[in-house]
This record gives sequence, C-alpha cells and structure tokens, in this order.
Amino acid sequence: MADLKVRLHDLEFKNPITLASGTCGFAREMAEFFDPALLGGFFLKGSTLKNRDGNEYPRMAETAAGMLNAVGLQNKGVDYFIENIYPEIKDYDTQLIMNVNGSTVEDYIELAEKVNELDKINAIELNISCPNVKEGGMAFGVTCPGAEMVTREVRKVYHKTLIVKLSPNVTDISEIAKAVERQGADAVSLVNTFLGMAIDAEKRVPKLSTITGGLSGPAIKPIALRMVWQVANAVKIPVVGIGGIMNATDAIEFMLAGASIVQVGTAIFKDPMIALKIVKGLDEYLDRHNIQSANNLIGSLQV
Amino acid sequence: MPKKFVADFNVIQNTALNKTNFLIKIQTESKLPGILPGQFVNVEIKNSQEVFLRRPFSIFEVDYKLNTLAMIVKILGKGSEKLTNIRVGDTLSLVYPLGKHFTKPSASDKILLVGGGSGVAPMLFLAKESGLPKQQVDIILGARTQADHINVQHYSDFATLHYSSEDGSLGEKGFVTQHSVFTQNLKTYDKVYACGPDGMMKAVARQAKLAGVFCEVSLENLMACGFGVCLCCIEPTTKGNLCVCTDGPVFNINELKWQI
Repeated sequence: MADLKVRLHDLEFKNPITLASGTCGFAREMAEFFDPALLGGFFLKGSTLKNRDGNEYPRMAETAAGMLNAVGLQNKGVDYFIENIYPEIKDYDTQLIMNVNGSTVEDYIELAEKVNELDKINAIELNISCPNVKEGGMAFGVTCPGAEMVTREVRKVYHKTLIVKLSPNVTDISEIAKAVERQGADAVSLVNTFLGMAIDAEKRVPKLSTITGGLSGPAIKPIALRMVWQVANAVKIPVVGIGGIMNATDAIEFMLAGASIVQVGTAIFKDPMIALKIVKGLDEYLDRHNIQSANNLIGSLQV
Repeated sequence: MPKKFVADFNVIQNTALNKTNFLIKIQTESKLPGILPGQFVNVEIKNSQEVFLRRPFSIFEVDYKLNTLAMIVKILGKGSEKLTNIRVGDTLSLVYPLGKHFTKPSASDKILLVGGGSGVAPMLFLAKESGLPKQQVDIILGARTQADHINVQHYSDFATLHYSSEDGSLGEKGFVTQHSVFTQNLKTYDKVYACGPDGMMKAVARQAKLAGVFCEVSLENLMACGFGVCLCCIEPTTKGNLCVCTDGPVFNINELKWQI
C-alpha cells in the first residue's frame, strides 16, 4: 500500500482521484453507488447565483469515443444549494469543491462571497470556460485580460483555495494559466470541454439544440494531456488534470505530465464506479514501481 | 448501503420475438434488489467503435428466486443492434435499478395499460405486479402490423389482452386510441398507463386528459448517465426541467408541458 495522499495548495486529498463538475451531481447522486469518503474529492455541479433552466433538449450527442453536451449550467442557484443540498453533503469525509459560474464579474464575486461562508467547502473552482452559455462562461476564459480580471476580483473576496478552470478553446492555454497565476489563483484545472458539433445528415439538422456543444471523453485525452504538460511547465501553482480519463493508466499519465490531482468525468457515465477502480489501479501501479507516495509521481515524466 | 449498482450479468437467453424485437434474459450471482414496473437498466455495449454510452431498457420481467431479469430490446440504432447479437454465456454490464416506477394501483382500481411496440415490456410487468384480479386489468397492444406484434399470450393470466394494428392484420384496425376498449370505456378506468412511441403516448394522454382520467406515461429521452448527474435527458415540466432518468421515466401527464 503506497501513500496516496497528495496536496493541492493547502488542501489535502486522501487520494488524487476526484470527480469532475457536471458529471457527479452534488456528490449525493454518487453516494447511491458508493461511499463518497473513498475518493479524494468531488467538484460539484456548476452553480450560478440564480436558478438556470439550461438549454433546450436535445443537449447531448454521442460521438466517436466521446460525447457532446450542451447542458448550459442547469442548476437551482447557489441559495438553493446552501439551504437544501449543502446540509445533506457537508459531512461527507472528502473534499467538496464548488464550481462557480457567472454572466458578469459581479456574479462571480457574489458567488465567491457566499461560498466563502461554507465551512465544509474548502475551495472553489472558478469556471471561466463553460462553452454552453451565451453570456459569461467561456467569454472570460478565452482572453488573458478576461481571465485575469475575474481571477483578480474573486481573489479579493475569496480566502480559501481558488482553482481556476481553463478552456482549451484558446490559442495558447499556458498564457491563460500564467495570467490567472499572476492574479492569485492557487491552482488551475484543465481542460474543460472542446467546442464541437454534430449533424444528423439524414434529417439535415444539428444534433444539439444549441448547434455547438462541448466535447468530452477519451477522444480528447491526448490533447488534454498535452495541455496539462504545457501548463505544468509554464506555472508554479499546482495543476488539476482533466480530459478523457477512463482508467488508472490515463490518470497516471496526467500525473506524470504534472497534474497533482485528476478529475474523472465522462467515464462516470459509462461506469459510475470507475473512480474507485482508478484509485485501486493507481495504488497497484505505485506498488509495482516501488513508488512510496503518489506525490512522487507528480510531474515525474522523464524527457 | 448502495441503492444503485453496477454489476455483470450472464446472458441466459436471447430470442428474436420478431424482426426487430429481442427478448434478452440475464442472471446475476448476487441477490437482486427490489425492482418495480417502470424502472430501467442501463446496459453497456461492449467492443463497439461507434457506441460510447450505455443504452437504457425497461425491465420486462424479474425473477427473485433465480435472480434473473428480462428486457425487450428493439433495434433502433447501432447500440441496440449490437446488443441483439449477444450470445448465451456472454457477460452484460448493467447499471440498475434506475428511475421511478409507475404508481401502484390500489386494490379496487380498474386499470388500462396501453403498449406500443417494445413499450409493451413495462406494461406487461405492471400488469403482473399490480396484484389486481384479471377482471380489473385491460391491456391494449398496438403495432403497425401483425408481424410487428410480440407474442405475449401468456400474459392473459394477468390481464385481458386487446390488440390493434394499423392495417387490421391483428385485432382491431387503427391506432390504440381508436380501439373500441379505449373509445368506449376510457372513463370507466381509474388509472391509465402508457408506454410506446411519442405520438402514441401523446394521443393516449390527450384522451385521458379530456376524460379526466389519471394517466402516467414512460418517456424515452436521450440519456448519457441514467442516474441524474449529466442533466442531458431533461423534460420540461410544471416543476421546471426534470431528468427523465431520475425524476422519470414515469410522469403523470399533468406534470408534462405537452401541447395536447
């Protein structure tokens, strides 16, 4: 048994395997399958200030080795979360991280202030990379000035661990990562989904109500891995690796490339128990390679 | 204790019921949890380049003694087609039991079940599990033509079976909602349940609404996860956008925003 504990800024994770926002609900949905305490953490479903109905159906299209989604941040708003969901999940023995989204900088600030008050939420993941909303979202995350401004303003009011979730739909993701690092981000998580599209040729219509959507799944893994490696080499703050992780080997690759922890996302739809299998696989890998601690794996790629 | 499971089942039967519908029966070594009519399973499609996600199917039959489940798989696309090629002895991975079940009728209820195509599966399961005497349970089974009907004659132990087909080759000619049992007796039922193609369910719902009869339908929106985390299979309702996989698939027609 290797030591699976890792740190991300000042947060301790019992293992580096967490679930990605938008693919694990508010953790309680996963608790219907397994004990949440078995995982490093949960990045909760994206929250906004007010209720959002999200986009119209259809919101999903299966693609080769993945899927497109255009959910559009459907959620009942942060106050509903605080009153109705937080009490139910706050005592899960794992890291619970809020994913926050705004249409304006003011939205992000108000959200961060509210989440700052929640004792059992030790970090926020600032989502400046949602490709499926008309206002805000990715608009902030695709330019350095936009990303810097949101990070700077939220940093002023949020006093715990601030993780900024980056969009891959940019010319140079490491420039964006450096920009948010300059403004006080404690970590970056990447990547969010790639903007994509699917067409029903027989009907000659788009498969998604929004025409375009976010691509996820193993199809994006090599690109996500490359981006994590580039960013890990460009910034000093820790990196959260995300993008098409389907098994323990994928997770290990992201850690070798420089990720301190990883998020498993779309793979959950195929197997809700997959993250537990990845924890086990990581443990076995470390033993097999005589690596005492998962920490020693981070960024240990030999080039 | 978990309420939902991911488990491997052994395929013990795969029988073609007609050209497009297959009965697949599977068995697990562990004890089955309680499963109610209307609930579904999400099945992994292995070794396919094109199929990434699982495919949901209504549960048709449950045997708690033998720990078996049966489902009716209709070939609709690449996933279901691949699934129907499975052989006895193969392994099938299931996420189950998922979704909300039909409202159980009370002992004095007279109920009408309307099933179209492979939608007969949960209707027959409901007829069997309702616990009602046969006299209180009518089923109308609809299809385009006789060859599309599935032979479920053995269900006549639990319900009176009525047939309709669009070309008149089996039972009464026309849609299920044109069947004499439906047109003449609708108001005499306490509860009406429907599962089948969208157009059929909407036609049933329209008539049930006009007649003021309790009516539940089972929806089939496109799903990714099947357990309420991806929010892809949403249906607009009086309570906002709800997940068909966890808030449904069974909905009371009064909750839906159908233009009927």
